[in-house]
Amino acid sequence: MEPFIKHTGVVAPIDRVNVDTDQMVPKQFLKLLTREGFGRVLFYDWRYMPGEKPNPEFVLNFPRYKGASVCLARANFGCGSSREHAPWAILDYGFHAILAPSYADIFYNNCFKNGILPVTLTNAQIDELFARTEKNVGYTVTVDLEKQVVTDGLGLSYAFEIDPFRRDCLLKGLDDIGLTLVHEAKISAFEEKNHRHPVMYEAVDVKFHSETPTAARHN
Amino acid sequence: MAGRTLYDKIWQAHVVREEPGQPSLIYIDRHLIHEGTSPQAFAGLKTAGRKVRRPELTFAVMDHSVSTKNRLLPVVDADARGQFEALERNCAESGVHLFDMHSKNQGIVHIIGPELGITQPGQTIVCGDSHTSTHGAFGALAFGIGTSEIEHVLATQCLTQFGSKTMKVDFQGKRPRGVTAKDMILAVIGKIGIAGGTGYVFEYTGEAVRGLSMEGRMTMCNMSIEGGARAGMVAPDETTFKYLEGRAFVPRGKEFEERVAFWKTLPTDADAKYDDTLTILASELAPMVTWGTNPGMVTQVSERVPDPASFKDAVDREAATRALTYMDLKPGTLIEDIPLDRVFIGSCTNSRLEDLRLAAKVVAGKHVSKSLKQALVVPGSRAVKVEAEAEGLDKIFVAAGFEWRDAGCSMCIGMNDDVLLSGERSASTSNRNFEGRQGKGSRTHLVSPMMAAAAAIEGHFVDIRKWSAAEGAE
Repeated sequence: MEPFIKHTGVVAPIDRVNVDTDQMVPKQFLKLLTREGFGRVLFYDWRYMPGEKPNPEFVLNFPRYKGASVCLARANFGCGSSREHAPWAILDYGFHAILAPSYADIFYNNCFKNGILPVTLTNAQIDELFARTEKNVGYTVTVDLEKQVVTDGLGLSYAFEIDPFRRDCLLKGLDDIGLTLVHEAKISAFEEKNHRHPVMYEAVDVKFHSETPTAARHN
Repeated sequence: MAGRTLYDKIWQAHVVREEPGQPSLIYIDRHLIHEGTSPQAFAGLKTAGRKVRRPELTFAVMDHSVSTKNRLLPVVDADARGQFEALERNCAESGVHLFDMHSKNQGIVHIIGPELGITQPGQTIVCGDSHTSTHGAFGALAFGIGTSEIEHVLATQCLTQFGSKTMKVDFQGKRPRGVTAKDMILAVIGKIGIAGGTGYVFEYTGEAVRGLSMEGRMTMCNMSIEGGARAGMVAPDETTFKYLEGRAFVPRGKEFEERVAFWKTLPTDADAKYDDTLTILASELAPMVTWGTNPGMVTQVSERVPDPASFKDAVDREAATRALTYMDLKPGTLIEDIPLDRVFIGSCTNSRLEDLRLAAKVVAGKHVSKSLKQALVVPGSRAVKVEAEAEGLDKIFVAAGFEWRDAGCSMCIGMNDDVLLSGERSASTSNRNFEGRQGKGSRTHLVSPMMAAAAAIEGHFVDIRKWSAAEGAE
């Protein structure tokens, strides 16, 4: 994972509450087998008209937000499905940081696994950022994880809180699994002491191959 | 020692390592995977040269993208075929047991886990699917995870997790006739909003919850995530033990008795404290119908589509306005006057035998409205399908003009060809009414199976309490 230390970039505003992960990556794109390439489909149904023509009314298609890399959002960002395709799409599109008053739990977690920094600010601070983004074409902020502050070069400076462990992992780009495997001995000890094998007491999982599923009769 | 909640007990029993200021390392008892969110996790393992640590604790099933029609035909969707082949290959290489699309035990992951007895009280259970909260109905700590976390569990059988706060969601009194677990949980989400449970684990308590079958409890826990809570739980009791006894992965005889004795230690202690409590009077509940684009936008069937201007908060006003535009609904419209295009009875929320029985009772001897384009019943698993057919439910549905399908996620998520066309409106027993959830431009109203069944007959919503076939009272 790429470390996140400090990022400066143009802000794009997604001015809606409760943006769910179905909107970020609609279901038809959940069949891909890799983590790459989801940037093209981010906010697909909002972003494109039939024939994948960019919808000029959708904010990310406004020329002024081209190349934006900081996503400004509203409350409960990323609710719904656990699909990690959502943060993959966010990152692949070019967003490295998100600024919002609150996030859904699973999405918030998933961001950290992908080197995206989801910053939590107050509603008033988010309102101010929306106002400044609207007012200043090319509005740019710097998100500094080391100093835990968002600044804009126009006098705005918002300190933010973040769990120290998560911060450390992002700053160093640490591999979660590697971190856990350091404690292999403890995991083994736990298994020795607690583990029960799942036993199949009755044979299951016979195949249906030999008969025609009844569903076929009705279709 | 201070009293502990059900959540505390399970959490503490699974801590492998804890350090101040760090998330805990938690052992995972059962890991469920499906074709939708696991391929990248296996690919990640391979890239890093890692192995699946405990393949016998992971169970795989094909559910999200499977056809609910004739599965003996070749899979024409090349992308879906790629997912199936990847899951087959990954399971074969790692030794994970796979219930493939031809297995008699195939079904939606959250239906088959409990059905086979893989899900048991006191366990930690995870799956790359937000509706993993379903399994909490057994008094397990179960929640959805992302693909990176799937990879983490595969490699280590553990997860690094921060503890959650607990909220007691207490249903006092009995639920009235025509009111089901689905209406109970929709009422909760309507009350607290879809982010109201963020950071919490819900524990559902009270007389109306005790009175629910395991099927009903699963429906409630299933939609905990729609209220923002990653997990929902119900303390195990005799209903739980009776459900589990004799299931394929549940021990027999003396060992079962021992297990039950342990399960009986799990319920929350009388002196335990929750971080929050929400009290709901079950007797005041009514059948619920969503009118907007998230499950919190919900009202009673006898009500009207709300006027956005009636919302105090500016954000809610704007969201409601937007939702009504998307849903093509006018404020003040009676819920019962909303006409429908399709009806879907299925999903991990409401596709168990009890759901199908309740719906069948409503449609028996009647016929689906001519104004409807489609009415679909998709059993949650092949085992449910077989049981339903043994009772003749399939014949009732088919005679009433419903299509009777094979098991899978189907029209809840529309990853196969069971979708709404743009602008079409459904009554659906599923869990999400987000924009485009059931197909681009789809308009979804979430309801209970009885309400969906009655709506299919009339072509619009009806108050199931007015029908003699309405069940639900204890």
